[in-house]
Amino acid sequence: MLEKFLIVAPELWRAFGETLLMLGIGLSAAVLLGGPLGVVLFLNGSGEPGRGRSIGKVLGWLVNTVRSFPFIILMVALVPFTRIVAGTSIGPLAASVPLSCAAIPYFARLVEQQLHDVPRGVIEAAEAMGATRLQIVTRVLLLEARSGLVLALTVLAISFLSYSAVAGVVGGGGIGDLAIRYGYYRFETDVMVITVAILIAMVQLIQFGGGRIARRLDKR
Amino acid sequence: MTASIPVIRVERANKAFALPEGGRFDAVRDVSLDILPGEIFGLVGRSGAGKSTLLRLMNLLEKPDSGSISVAGQELTALGARELREARRRIGMIYQHFNLLANATVFENVAFPLRIHGAMNAPRLKARVTECLELVGLLDKAGSYPARLSGGQKQRVAIARALASYPTVLLCDEPTSALDPDTTRSVLDTLRDINARLGVTIVIVSHELQALGSLCQRAAVVEEGRIAELFDLRDHSEPRKTSLGRELVYHAAEAHVGAPPGELHA
Repeated sequence: MLEKFLIVAPELWRAFGETLLMLGIGLSAAVLLGGPLGVVLFLNGSGEPGRGRSIGKVLGWLVNTVRSFPFIILMVALVPFTRIVAGTSIGPLAASVPLSCAAIPYFARLVEQQLHDVPRGVIEAAEAMGATRLQIVTRVLLLEARSGLVLALTVLAISFLSYSAVAGVVGGGGIGDLAIRYGYYRFETDVMVITVAILIAMVQLIQFGGGRIARRLDKR
Repeated sequence: MTASIPVIRVERANKAFALPEGGRFDAVRDVSLDILPGEIFGLVGRSGAGKSTLLRLMNLLEKPDSGSISVAGQELTALGARELREARRRIGMIYQHFNLLANATVFENVAFPLRIHGAMNAPRLKARVTECLELVGLLDKAGSYPARLSGGQKQRVAIARALASYPTVLLCDEPTSALDPDTTRSVLDTLRDINARLGVTIVIVSHELQALGSLCQRAAVVEEGRIAELFDLRDHSEPRKTSLGRELVYHAAEAHVGAPPGELHA
């Protein structure tokens, strides 16, 4: 097994890097675009201090639609779009496009959910003090929900670690892809065991790290 | 006659809520009410009588369906969003459940209204927060998070926060209903103290007649969205019409036994 490990080590290393790249791009897109989208969904959702309710409905419908796609179908469906954005439809960079597209609405829903946990009265108190909507978002909602948001990101990271494996179908690369190609298609069980072990270690690490940060941020 | 110019004026205000199962609930019906500067005014009523809604009209947390609300000579119902935010700086509010930011320290909670209006530089802000925390006796808790405080301390932080931006009025929505009798007394003392020292007009909603009796100069009994009666608690010249009114007068008399009104905490 050790011998085998040494043979596949360079490939493992490369795959590891690809996985990190896909996760990094996907999660960044989720935070940068999905985060604000989640805030907009929350502010325009039912019963919240929203003005343009119809915006909320339209965005909610859009989010649900993208989220209904099984990831592999979304990936194939997005191939033309991926070619435009990434210049190619093959490789980890290209795979990051559908990954991001799936991560954005997913994270938006998680953010929306977390913001619902902020007590209504605290938002109201800020309103009564004359805070603007933007101030309520940045100084109340994000502050009060911050540990929940870190946990949401943790959940997202772990989901997308396994999503990135599917990206192998379009030559996305990454550890999951390695497990499928060597371990599954070629019956090299030991390679599969190694990759799965690495994935387990990564999941544990992400969960541990996320949980720790969330606990430190939570002063409730 | 300057003392009789009201600091809060509610004129023919109506507020109804749509019920989830259809139909509507008239929380406030054609209420007109004047609150005088420097007084402590109580609103009493059974639950669902509309007293909290009436209070929340006074800073437009609830927008009246009709009628007008003026505070400190400014008609809130005629203001745009930006002017309303500006006007709200002068209207402090405290709540039954305190509504503090859990992830911000006591200092940051009190600094919040100052920061959102960006009106003060850092040293002045620090001085003002310190001053307010001193006023409520919690300066030593400046670095603590609310979770570490008792209920009474949380409410006093909320009072300091409400006072930070020099309000002319302080609206209190059931401020002691989540507190035990001892802390209730200490919070009431704090309210009485800031009213006496700063001249802040206080409007307080509560179902605790004992608390209101010891605190208020005038009170209104709210029944089914209307003001059933409005009276001075020290005025015994005529009998009160409502049972709540009678009880309130009784508690006021109890509280003032042996101490003439106004000198209770001098």
